[in-house]
Parts: sequence; C-alpha cells; structure tokens
Amino acid sequence: MHLSNALRAATALSLIMVGAAQAETITIATVNNGDMIRMQGYTDDFTAKTGHEVEWVTLEENVLRQRVTTDITTKGGQFDIMTIGMYETPIWGANDWLVPLNDLSAEYDVDDILPAMRNGLSHDGTLYAAPFYGESSMVMYRTDLMEAAGLEMPTAPTWQFIREAAAAMDNPAEDINGVCLRGKAGWGEGGAFITVTGNSFGARWFDEDWNAQFDQPEWKAALDFYVSLMNDYGPEGYATNGFNENLSLFNQGKCGMWIDATVAASFVTGDDSTVADHVGFALAPNAEGVEKRANWLWAWALAIPAGTQKEAAAKEFIEWATSKDYIELVAAKEGWANVPPGARTSLYATPEYQEVPFAQMTLDSINAADPTNPTVKPVPYVGIQFVAIPEFAGMATEVSQEFSAAYAGQQTVDEALAKAQAITNEVMEAAGYR
Amino acid sequence: MARAVTPQRKLINTGLAWAIGLLIFFPILWTILTSFKTEAQAIASPPIFLGFDWTLENYGVVMERSDYGRFLMNSIIIAGGSTILGLIVAVPAAWSMAFVPSRRTKDILLWMLSTKMLPAVGVLYPIYLLFIQLGLLDSRAGLVVVMMLINLPIIVWMLYTYFREIPAEILEAARMDGATLKEEVLYILTPMAIPGIASTMLLNFILAWNEAFWTLNLTAVNAAPLTAFIASYSSPEGLFFAKLSAASTMAIAPILILGWFSQKQLVRGLTFGAVK
Repeated sequence: MHLSNALRAATALSLIMVGAAQAETITIATVNNGDMIRMQGYTDDFTAKTGHEVEWVTLEENVLRQRVTTDITTKGGQFDIMTIGMYETPIWGANDWLVPLNDLSAEYDVDDILPAMRNGLSHDGTLYAAPFYGESSMVMYRTDLMEAAGLEMPTAPTWQFIREAAAAMDNPAEDINGVCLRGKAGWGEGGAFITVTGNSFGARWFDEDWNAQFDQPEWKAALDFYVSLMNDYGPEGYATNGFNENLSLFNQGKCGMWIDATVAASFVTGDDSTVADHVGFALAPNAEGVEKRANWLWAWALAIPAGTQKEAAAKEFIEWATSKDYIELVAAKEGWANVPPGARTSLYATPEYQEVPFAQMTLDSINAADPTNPTVKPVPYVGIQFVAIPEFAGMATEVSQEFSAAYAGQQTVDEALAKAQAITNEVMEAAGYR
Repeated sequence: MARAVTPQRKLINTGLAWAIGLLIFFPILWTILTSFKTEAQAIASPPIFLGFDWTLENYGVVMERSDYGRFLMNSIIIAGGSTILGLIVAVPAAWSMAFVPSRRTKDILLWMLSTKMLPAVGVLYPIYLLFIQLGLLDSRAGLVVVMMLINLPIIVWMLYTYFREIPAEILEAARMDGATLKEEVLYILTPMAIPGIASTMLLNFILAWNEAFWTLNLTAVNAAPLTAFIASYSSPEGLFFAKLSAASTMAIAPILILGWFSQKQLVRGLTFGAVK
C-alpha cells in the first residue's frame, strides 16, 4: 500500500517535472487592432492550458512588416510567431522561411478554415499560416439616408448605382458626403482600393507576360470613374483619406456610403458610432457587364519562422488562438459580434452568429473573392488587391502615390497612368520578369 | 550703445514670443488634451478643445495593457548610457581638436558630420547581421552603443565649439603648474565647460530618448524603450487615437519634465560663446 502510494507520488512528481521542463516562453510579434488586443487579454487561458508563457511585441502595421521582414530574412530569431498577411505568406512559404503547418492536430480541424483563406495562406497546397481573422470588402451604407432618398440598395450593386445613390444622399448643407472611399497613398491603403476597383472594371496589373497594363482602356475607365465620383460626392481632401479617416467620417454620420474592409462592420455598428442603428451592408460593386466585383481578400494570420527553437510551443499557441474553442471563449465573454471573423466555416453555421447583422454579407464577400482569378482577363499572378511578388510593395506604393496626386488634382488621370506604366515596367524589367 | 525698448514694443515682443511658443507647443498640448477624451470625442469634427468630459480611462487601459515601467527603465538606461558613453569618447576628441588642431581637423569634423547624412535604413541589414553575430539583438548594451555612435558627431561638434571659447592660455598655465593631461581635462577644462557639457548631455539624452528607427528595429521584448511603447498603440485599422495620445503623453512626460527643470542650463549652454 505504502509502496503504491509512493509510486503514485513519484509518477505525479515526474509528470509535473516533465511539464515544467517543457514549459516555454514564446515571443509573438503582432499588430495593434481590436481582435489582436482582445487575444492578448486571453493569454492567461492559453498559459493555464499549456503552461507556456507568452511575450507580446505589438507594433504598428508598417513597422511590424519592416521588423519581421528584417528578422526573417536575416534569421534573427527574435520571434517564435509572427503575425503576417496574405501578401507575405505565399512568398515566404516559397522561400522556406516559414514552418509548414501540415501537422496540426485532428481536433484543430484544419478543413474548417474557409477555403478562400486556406488557399491564400498556402503555397503549393501547403498551409504556412493559420488565419486569426479574415476580411473582404463590402458596401456599408446609411439605411435612413437611402430611405429618405427613395432608393433601395441591391444586394449586389453596380458602380453606376453607387454613383446614383451617392448623388441622392450627398448633402453638403448637412455635411454629408454621398460616398467615402480610400485615396491615401500606400499599397495597403488607397493602392489596395484602386486595384480592386480596377478589377471590377476588368483591369489588371499585368498581362500573361508581365507587361504592365496601365495603358489599357479598363484602367482609364476605372480611374476616371473613381475621380469623377469622388470629386462630385466625396469628402474634401479624400486623396489623403485611408481606413481610419473614413471610419471616423462614417461614425460621425458624414458618409452616405463607405466601401471598405468587412471588419469595419463591427466598428460602424459599435458603441463609438453615432449611426450604429442605421447601417446596411451590400456586396462590393462592379461595373455593368463585368463579372468581377471590387472585393478583396485579406487575413491576418499567425506563422512560425523557420529556425525557431520553440516550434512545438508555437504550434500549440497557433492551434489555441485560431481554434473553434477560442471563438467560443470570446463569444462567451464578449458576445458573438466580437469574435474574430472570416476564418472558420463553422462560425457562419452558428445560429447565434447568424443573427449578427453583417455576418452573412462578410461570408458572401469572402466567398466571392478569388485570389487566383482576380479579374476578367487571365493574369500571371496570385492576389486580388496585391500581386504576390516581392517587388509589389515598393512598386505599388509608388504607383498609388501617382494616383493620389491625380486625386488631389496635381496631375491628370492620363499623366498618372502613364507614370504608373513606366514605373511598373521599369521595376519588372530590373527584376527580370520581362 | 544699447537701444531703449519702449513698453509698447516690449509688450508686442512678449506677445509675439508667447504666440510662437504656443504654436510650437500646440501639437503636444493637443496630444495631452486628447489623452483625456473618449475615442469618440478624440475624432469629433469640429474638434473639441476643452468642453469635454475629462476621463482617465485611456491611462487605465494603457497601464493595464503595457508594462510602462519596463519601457521607461529601458529608455532611461539607453538614453542615459549612450549619453555618458558618448561624453567619455567625445570630451578627449573635442579637446584634441580644439587645443591641438592639425591641418586635417576641419576635414575630420566635416567627415564625422557627413555620417549623419546617410539614411539609417541603408545600414539596417549590416547592423542587424552584426548584432546577430555578437548576440546583441534586443539588448540594452547594443542599443547604448548604437545610440552613442549615432549621436557622437553632434556631441563632438558641440563640445568642440564650447572648448574653442576657452582661452588656451588657462590650460597652458595649468600645464606650467605641473598638471598632467588627465588633470588638465578633468580639473581645468571640464569645470570651465560645465554649461556646454550639460547642454550637450541634455540634447543628446533627448535625441536618444526620441530615436525611433534603431530602437524599434533592434529590440523585441527585453530592451524595447518608450518609442516601442508608443508604436504599440498606433493602428491603421481602428480608431485608438485617445489611447495613442495617452501612451504618447506618458512617453514624453519624463523628458518634458527634465527639459523644464533644466531649461535655464540648456539655454545658457546653447548660447554659450554666441556673444563675445
């Protein structure tokens, strides 16, 4: 009896010691946004389940990009998990800079990840980052202003309808702009928006031989339409407005419509919005006769840099943070409207989540986005609002600066397109694509 | 002969000085005010200047989310350490250039300053790789050395200017009285140049405190100073301006207080030798 007790005690002690020996402290680099900050608040839950501690390095999006890119390309080993996007993941995966996530546990249910997200975060069929939350873009509009204008927003509007509705809702006397759209320079800001707008007019960045296509009529039509729409019904200084500026305008009741990321839906219907009770949602628009819509696809995802000494603990964290259980944890504590959206199919089958006003439109928008087939004509690249090649970020930032200069009236649309054509071809030639 | 200043002119000058001072200080004032607003009030248009419900909520959130003490301590160690190390290197260098100049002194001074003209990002990868090799990534020691090297040209230039104002005859007299080189620098030169050294120290401390390229790129958890603390509250997707303002206010408060306390010394040092 005494012996069996002693054996039990020794077994328990050894298990505790093994557990303690395996407990790690992992360092995670991440961005500052509502969902990520919320996750940091629940770190104790992860520690209680696994024994692993977590150190967070939270940085602004652009700083984070530069920081993690420097670290991964030099094998600095500063982070065990990096928060990266859909742009970086396939490129870094192809370079073997990331640990493949092909051995996640059965309980994790990798097949539950939305197909669009899984494809966008994979290279050659191998998943390299797990989506924490995903987004597309959609129309957010003021239902009260639409009603007053005697219009009804279709589920799938055209750009022509958007213009008509903007004209009807625009009211300078009341400081209401018909429509608010991004114009700010930067590949992830106005550059992303004008690229998807281009897609919805049938434009593309490159033909099959990597020749720039800014000299084609589709780009001219897209840019002319955008500039004319915003000059007539957009806010003053729209050339410098990005996501935050438009969110601020919309929340103060100064926009009839806003076309932007689906994650904005929880902000415009949240406590800080003065129009929370009067917001409707629709699919991103397209030009009449063009089958592709102006909806993008993006995910903030968690990836493990190759070479980390704490791969097992890092995988445990990723499984915890992007699991169904985590979604349920957030729902139980903060309500279904606050769970990370756009990552798992099962979320959209949850009856409670289906009651969230923007849930279905978010799912429809994500499902309508196809990164391998972003526009009407064939393209040699993957990506909707970006082109998944390393040269894109720098090149697209320059192009978007030229476009923003055209929005601000510093040059004509034709001049901006000619410069975009020259910049792009020059970069592609130097990089050996042409 | 000094020109008499009329009371009216004095009033205008004072008013003008206050107006310019307020204009320069306004962004900081606005940041401080915003830190006491709600997120909705922070983005209100037209902006609310004073008529809002003051709240400490943002400070509460920031204190709960971040380990402010750790960031503050890192800032103090990095800025203070690099300043002290910089002075240890710069005082002898400036002494030699001011009192034992060679034909190349001016060229060397200009060459030192030219290193400031190189964009930092141009040497990010070499420095990063060097830090990996030396095991200095995310270490305060590494940051102290980098900050010192970045600011060294300015420290040498400033000290050189101050030392040039000190008559060489005084040092010569000390030497004739049997003072060694060490004694000459420590007991004669340094006390005479105290205002200049103090203002150099303060300026270097402020520059190191505010530096936000190397401190963000070479740190992660252990050595991250207050610049990283601010960066963690900036977000392009979400309106967190009030919290960002609270974090910014907390980051600049120590250096602002230090500046206020030592402004007399700073002004005296910066104008040292301006009027003969």
